[in-house]
Amino acid sequence: MKKIKIKVNGKVKTVLNNSKLFDLLKNLNIPIKKVAIELNQEIIDKKRSTNIKLKKDDKIEIVHFIGGG
Amino acid sequence: MKKDKLIIAKKKFDSRLIVGTGKYKNMAECAKAIKFSGAEIVTVAVRRVNISNKNKPLLMDYIDPKKITYLPNTAGCFNSKDALRTLRLAREIGGWKLVKLEVLGDKKNLFPDMIETLKTTEVLTKEGFRVMVYCNDDPLMAKRLENSGADAIMPLAAPIGSGLGILNKINIKIIRKQTKLPVIIDAGLGQASDATIAMELGCDGVLVNTAIAKAKKPFEAALAFKNAVVAGRQSYNSGRIAKTLMGNPSSPTTGII
Repeated sequence: MKKIKIKVNGKVKTVLNNSKLFDLLKNLNIPIKKVAIELNQEIIDKKRSTNIKLKKDDKIEIVHFIGGG
Repeated sequence: MKKDKLIIAKKKFDSRLIVGTGKYKNMAECAKAIKFSGAEIVTVAVRRVNISNKNKPLLMDYIDPKKITYLPNTAGCFNSKDALRTLRLAREIGGWKLVKLEVLGDKKNLFPDMIETLKTTEVLTKEGFRVMVYCNDDPLMAKRLENSGADAIMPLAAPIGSGLGILNKINIKIIRKQTKLPVIIDAGLGQASDATIAMELGCDGVLVNTAIAKAKKPFEAALAFKNAVVAGRQSYNSGRIAKTLMGNPSSPTTGII
């Protein structure tokens, strides 16, 4: 299967073309309930992550809460 | 004495001290300091998950958002676009609508950019956010924020992290007097007595981070701020005496031998 490059939190990752966002999150050990996810600057509904397929040059941002004032 | 609660966006709180969760040595220290402070609201920042270290501890593992109200902030945002992006993401994490907006304008003094701040407040309130707004100690701007639907006015005491205490008491008093909204002093407090002064001016609460987290003994500082806020509020409610230029004897002047 064809491999593609995407960016996750600014870092280049290689994944299989058309692999699912949900699988990427699972591989990265992301606690889905405690994060928010952007795909190409658009917030995605986390429940839909199983339906979203990754494409070349996709930019994903995964954020959570940390200490701050 | 009747219950004197802090009400923000229709939510009631017993504690009038809000604390920041930044600058602590680690999350355990932060969580313990929050306990000592008695705070029911804590500010939190939105940042990228560290994807290379999968075992990094999470803030939510130390501070339970079911027990303590998380107040997501926009620290580090220097324009409206970034602030909106940050808070929309914060809401997505788990439905947070009560947020603290701060749009900074200058990297050195960290003063807020009030034009961007006002613009962002208008958008956020239309989107259903309940917005607590970090702002300058400018009564006119505070009024504009109120008119644009803000839920709390958060004027600075002094630059963020400076520890200078309240620099412009008169403006703070004017802001308190003219608004129906809660006024929370945010930024610049250095020691517990600064919090007492803020409360004696009539403010509804204070937000403290650096003065607790960077004190030599953060737990002592957290406790001191807790007590200082309570004392200041009680003092404000007690109705202080008028100032006079001359002395007034405290003992009866009749029956002197």
